[in-house]
Amino acid sequence: MSIVQVLFYFMGLITLASALTVAISKNLVRSIFMFFITLFALAGLYVLALADFVAVTQIVIYVGGILVLILFAFMLSGKEALAAAQLQSNRFVSLSNLPALLLALLFLVVMINIIFKADVSNLQWIKEANGVKNVIGSNESMINNIGINLMTRYLLPFEAISVLLMVALVGAAHLSRKEGTRV
Amino acid sequence: MITLTDFMIVSAVLFCTGMFVIISKKNSIQILIGIELMLNAAILNLVAFGKYDRINNSGQMFALFAIVLAAATTAVALAIILNVYKQYKTIDPDKIKQLKD
Repeated sequence: MSIVQVLFYFMGLITLASALTVAISKNLVRSIFMFFITLFALAGLYVLALADFVAVTQIVIYVGGILVLILFAFMLSGKEALAAAQLQSNRFVSLSNLPALLLALLFLVVMINIIFKADVSNLQWIKEANGVKNVIGSNESMINNIGINLMTRYLLPFEAISVLLMVALVGAAHLSRKEGTRV
Repeated sequence: MITLTDFMIVSAVLFCTGMFVIISKKNSIQILIGIELMLNAAILNLVAFGKYDRINNSGQMFALFAIVLAAATTAVALAIILNVYKQYKTIDPDKIKQLKD
C-alpha cells in the first residue's frame, strides 16, 4: 500500500466522518464548523486527483467566501433561529427523520450498485486516453494549460458565467437592502 | 494507485449525506449546507474524471465553473434567508406557508 493510497483513505475518512457529523449534529454552529473541515478534506482529495488548481480555488472560494457568508447569515438571523435549531430532536434515528434516513440509505445502495456495475476504470474513452497518454502525470503542473484553455476553448462558458455572477451579486445586494431607503 | 471507483464511492456517500441533511433538517442554513455537500460530491466526480483529459482539461474546468456557480447561489440564497427571517421571524421552511402577507 503506497503512501498516496494511505493519504487517500485518510482524507476520505475525514471527509465522510465530518459530513456525517454535519448530518447528525443538532448544534448549528458545530455543524457549520464541521462543514469547514469537510471542505478542507475535499480540497485534499482534489490534490490527490491531481487537480491542484481546483483544490486552491476550493479553499479560496468555499472556505474564504461561502463559509463566511453562512456564518454571517447565521449571526444575523438571531436568537430565535438558534433556539428553533436546538429544539429539534437530538437522536439520529428518530421517527421524524426515519423517512429521510431510509431514502438516503436506499439511494446509497442503488448508487453503489451502479458504480460497481458500471466498472468505470474500463470505460472506452478512458482506455483510449490511457493509450494516447492523455493522462495527467503526477509530476506536471496543469495551471498553464488551464489558463490557456480558459481563454481559448472555454471562452464562451467563461463569459456566460461572469455575466451570471454579476447578475447574482446585483440580485443579492438588491434583495438584502434595507426597506425604505431607496432614493 | 487510487482507482476511479474509490473516488466515486466517496462521492456517492457524500451525496447521500447531503440528501439526508436536506430532507431532515428544520433550518434553512443547514439545508443550504446540505446542498453544498451534494454539489461538492458532483465536483469530486468531475475532478476525478478530469485526470483523463490532459489536453483539454474539461473536468477541472467545469469543476471550477461549478464552484463559482455555487458561490453565486449561496449569496442569493442567504439574502433570501435573511429577508424571510425579517418577514416571518423564523427560518424553518416548514413554517413558511404564505406567499403574501
